[in-house]
Formats: sequence, structure tokens, C-alpha cells
Amino acid sequence: MSRQELTQARELEAESIYIFREVAAEMQRPCLLFSGGKDSIVMLHLAAKAFAPARIPFPVMHVDTGLNFPEVLQFRDDVVSRLGVELIVASVPDAIESGLVQEDPSGSRNRIQTPVLLQAAEQRGFDALFGGARRDEEKARAKERIFSFRDEFGQWDPKNQRPEVWNLYNGRVAPGESIRVFPLSNWTELAIWEYIGLENIQVPEKYFAAEREVVERDGMLYAVNEAVPLRDGEVSVRRTVRYRTMGDANLTAAVESDADTVEKIIAEIAETRITERGATRGDDRTSDTSMEDRKREGYF
Amino acid sequence: MTDLLRVATAGSVDDGKSTLIGRLLHDSKTLFSDQLAAAERVSNQRGNDYTDLALVTDGLRAEREQGITIDVAYRYVSTPRRKFVIADTPGHPQYTRNMVTGASTANVAMILIDVRKGVSEQSRRHAFLATLLGVPHLVVCVNKMDLVGWSQDAFESVRREFSEFASRLRVRDVTFIPMSALNGDNVVDHGHNLDWYDGPTLLHHLENLYVASDRNLTDVRFPVQYVVRPQLAQHPDYRGYAGALASGVLRPGDAVRVLPSGFETTVAAIDTATESLDEAYPPQAITVRLADDLDVSRGDMLVRPNNVPLVTQDLDVQLCWMDEGSVLTTGRTLAIKHTTRWSRVRVKNINYRVNVNTLHRDESITELGLNDIGRVTLRSMTPLFVDPYVSNRATGAFILVDESTNRTVAAGTIR
Repeated sequence: MSRQELTQARELEAESIYIFREVAAEMQRPCLLFSGGKDSIVMLHLAAKAFAPARIPFPVMHVDTGLNFPEVLQFRDDVVSRLGVELIVASVPDAIESGLVQEDPSGSRNRIQTPVLLQAAEQRGFDALFGGARRDEEKARAKERIFSFRDEFGQWDPKNQRPEVWNLYNGRVAPGESIRVFPLSNWTELAIWEYIGLENIQVPEKYFAAEREVVERDGMLYAVNEAVPLRDGEVSVRRTVRYRTMGDANLTAAVESDADTVEKIIAEIAETRITERGATRGDDRTSDTSMEDRKREGYF
Repeated sequence: MTDLLRVATAGSVDDGKSTLIGRLLHDSKTLFSDQLAAAERVSNQRGNDYTDLALVTDGLRAEREQGITIDVAYRYVSTPRRKFVIADTPGHPQYTRNMVTGASTANVAMILIDVRKGVSEQSRRHAFLATLLGVPHLVVCVNKMDLVGWSQDAFESVRREFSEFASRLRVRDVTFIPMSALNGDNVVDHGHNLDWYDGPTLLHHLENLYVASDRNLTDVRFPVQYVVRPQLAQHPDYRGYAGALASGVLRPGDAVRVLPSGFETTVAAIDTATESLDEAYPPQAITVRLADDLDVSRGDMLVRPNNVPLVTQDLDVQLCWMDEGSVLTTGRTLAIKHTTRWSRVRVKNINYRVNVNTLHRDESITELGLNDIGRVTLRSMTPLFVDPYVSNRATGAFILVDESTNRTVAAGTIR
């Protein structure tokens, strides 16, 4: 490449930083949703770059389902304290206790996260929530704007989205309404890993291949742990696996892999023929429009 | 390292657009097996004989139920040479605003033509919108060559017809590729049916298109986006102006003028989070420190003193009206966002509406409705720092917002 041209990674980085600055300049109370997964780690890294040498001018919120991998929580606390940013934890177990939501018989807390998120955002008056969703993840997300309008109930109306032309984002909202902002919209799973390598960003160990105790269910491999105890008749095996996504411990499957470095992960993703959600997420397999349905309710 | 190309495409199922994109994803090995399996499953449920690749791209429930594309979908294709963001938009006149959205940031527009039908109204509209939005490169995909016996004459006839139309537009670069998206000929691989064609395949053309020179590296325009003041013990006096360099090349030591105040100073440093740069170029996100302590805030613009944009309250513009709930009428007041600056404009005059199929100008109209494109005169409450859109996509573009609904109601370009 010749002089004065940006690589794909640097162009995406510049686009994301621009988005962070637009929101910080125009919105009253933004907040960044942090899950501990690689996308939100990259998102937080970009937010730090956007305002350096100042600190990130908004808090970070984690919707804790109570089913996170313990090391992901440790990782979250370390990153937040290193960046000197305020952490808000919205707890799903607390919300179950208070009666705001009820445990789903399936054991999945995916859907009941949404009221917890919406209540926490409403109580604190957040008018902009950053999320790490990417358009390449899922076909409902492929249709979403970078500045995505939400009504006073936190709902997304895919047929009534604001036109989004050039980089002239419109974050204007009435009281009670808000926008979800997706600075990683144009990143792909591969771009995320290339950037993690380029910037030497730390991510949880579970992303890297290691021999782990797993059990096979519905053709997917789940690590055996507190959230995934062995059921009657099940036998665990030891396999060399890694995680492509970092959802709840009871829903996130591992994939067989030898990729124990960032370079090997990049090579693996460049070759793979299955999407990361298809490979690892029990929650997305229920129906063809499960993501669209959850998003309409206010999920990311 | 690879770079990023933004591609806009428009069209309906009839043109084979979804088939083309599905083919591009499939043959470039970007389509994932679980996505394909899902499309196969739904196709079988519907009793289709073939796998409808449109099901991969049409993601919303309403789209799948109605078999139409409603909105812009973004697709990602990567090859060892380049990464592509494809903004895939519906082709119907009622979705003109979606096409405008897709084309606004594109480096290249793909125009699909069914070789049997020749240059349709729809292809004319796509070509017009792409040039209106300043997309520098057009690729005309002359599709369904299999249905005309791979005839070179049929291809040449479409090429002549389109070229004649394009001569009335401001097209900078146009390439014609004969193909069959259904069979795959000339999408990723050449195939054997079009041996008389010695040009590149579509993917090869997109991979090798030279776009770096499309950027404006001459006119320095730096809209201030955010003022960085750490107020931390280790940076007590830091004051930087953050933003994306819209155009031009900026270096430390350069003399700059601040708009609108007119004060002049020099660039002390150009920072990123990790280093200070010797030069910055678009679209880098940077933080500029100035040699003098001036009052500079969001919405101001840094430029070179000998190369300034037009500072004006009177705007001669091309507008695309995007709102379903209202129309543009003379006298109406709207919010405007231009670069990082918000202001208000009043509509002084609606000069004409363009028929996007024939390019005919209708001067008798008194309002612009949904998907109408017209030439309008606006008066802004405060001066804006503008360049003609043809010379600068960043400082020549704006949106209008209805302050009662907060909806984005129009996209505009400065003449």
C-alpha cells in the first residue's frame, strides 16, 4: 500500500473512534455495555483511544446474569480498574429475587436480561448505550443502523429506522427515548482478531485452545462446570477446545480447535465455514428470527 | 495488509441481484455453511425447487414473509486482497432513500442489468443516484447472459445504450462485465461461456480497483468534533481538538485558520492515543493541539488560511426527501447537521424536481414528497463552511432533521 492510505484495520478503528466522539459530544448520558467478550473488550479499547489522554467520559455497565464464566468477571474488573472508569453491575439474580423477572424453565437467562438492562438504563437516565454487536454476526443485525433508535419502551422497530447517510448521525431523542450505538457495526469476527493481534489486546484465556472437560449435547460441546453439571447418563470427555464467543456458561459451546495463539485463531477463522453464533450459541438456534424478536424487545 | 472497499448495490430479485450477491459470497467462500443450511431449510419448507440465496440476505421477518428486501443490508466479503462492505439495497422507486443511504459512503456502485431487458428505468435510476451521491466508480453487471446464448452482440447493445445515458451524467469511471450470476460466469471465476470477453471478472475488478486517488488530499478541512481536556494530574494543561480529518493532509507546523472566528495559529502537534504524527490524512481520527490558546469548540473547522471553504448562509442544494410523514414546502424550518455543526435552515425556494428515470426537470412543483429529489434553495441561521459536493463529499453533504419528531427527513448535497 502506498503512502497516506489506511489499512482496513486502521480505517475501521478511525470509524469507531469517530462514532464514540460523536456520542460523547451530542448525547447527555451515554454508557458502554460491557460483557467481557472479545467484541466488548475491543470496543472498550477503542473508547479509551478516542478520548486519550483523558479518561473515558462515560461509565461501563455489565448485565450480570449470574452465569458468567468466573474468569470473565475477574477480567472485567481488571480492565475497568486499569482504565479508571466507573463500573455499574445490573444483576439478573437480584432482579429474580425482587420479582422483576422470572427464571425461564429452560434455565436460559438470555431473554430475562432485557428487562434488567432496560430498568438499569432507565433508572440512571442513560440516553445512549454502546453495544459491541457486529452486522456480520446475524442477519437481523445486518439491517441495523449504527445509531439505532429505541422508543420509550426500549423497543426496536426495524421497519421504521432513521435513514443513516454519510457519517452524519442523528442521535436526537425525546426524554425517555434512547439510542443504541454500535461502533463495531462494520467489523467482522476476523477483523476483531486481526485488531487484537495488531494492538496486542488481552482477552480471556478461554478464547485460546486448551484441553478441557466437555460434554456433547445436540452436537455441541459444553464445558462441564457449575453451570453445566453432567446430567444422568452423560459422560464427559477431554478435548482440545476453545470458545469463539463468551455468552452465559450454560449456553455457550466450545469448538474443537488447536488455535492457542492469536495468529492461529486468525488462520482458523479465515478458513472456517460456520458462523460464530451458529457454532456456539444454543440461544440463537431456536428459530430463524429469534434474534430479531429479542432485539424488538430491547435486547442487543 | 489489506484495505477496505465500500460497495453499493441496488436492484430487485428479478435482476438476479440476490443471486449475484449470494454467488459472490458463495464463490469467495464467505457464505457460511450454517447460513446456507438455514436458507436451504426455508426454501424446502416453501416448496421451492432451488435454494433461494435471497434468504441469506433478507434478514427481517417481514422481508422473508413478503419475499422483498425492505432495507439496507450490510454484507461482508473478504479475500486475501481486500475486504468489502457491500450495502445491499432494494431497487424499487419507493426505496430511493435506501439507495441513497447505501450510495452515500460507497467507493463503487454495482448496477445490474438484465441483458434481455436492456437499460431499464431502474438501471437508469441507480446510475443517476450513484452519480448524484458522487460514487466515483460504476460497474455495470450485464447479467443473465446465459439466457441470450452468451451473445456478444446483446452485451454490446446494452453497453451502447447505457453509455449513451451515462454521457448525460457525471460518471467518472464505468466498467461493463457480461455475466451469469446463476451459473457463476464472470462473478468470481471466468467460466468457459464468455471466451470473447477478455476483461476481468467482477471480483477481480473489485479487488483491483484503484480508489486511493478518489480522496481529496488537497483541501484541508478539519471539523472539530470533541474537545479533549483530561484535567488529570499528569496532563494538567492538555487541550486538544479531536476529530476525523475530512480532507487534505495536515502536518505539525502548518498554519491554520479557525472558522468561524477567523483566528490564525499553527498546528503544534497531531496526536493519536499512542503517538504524535508527522502527518495526518483522511479519514484518520486525530487530536490536534494548537500553538495558541484560542476559543475553539465543536462545530468549528480548522482550514489552511490560503484554502478556505465557502462561508455562507445561502445554500444551493440537491435534496432527497426521506420522510413518510411530511413533505418539504417553502417556508418550512428544519434542523441541519453539516459536518459536526448543527444549525437551522428555512426553505426559501423549491426550484425543480428531477424525474429520476428520465432526468426531466419539473419546475411546476411546490413540494417534495417521499423519495423525491429536487433542487432547493436554503437559508441557514448561522454560517456554514461548505464546499461543492463534487469536490468534497465530507463538507458538501448534510442531513435535515424535523425538530418536532427528531426524524432524519432529508439528505442533501451542496451544488
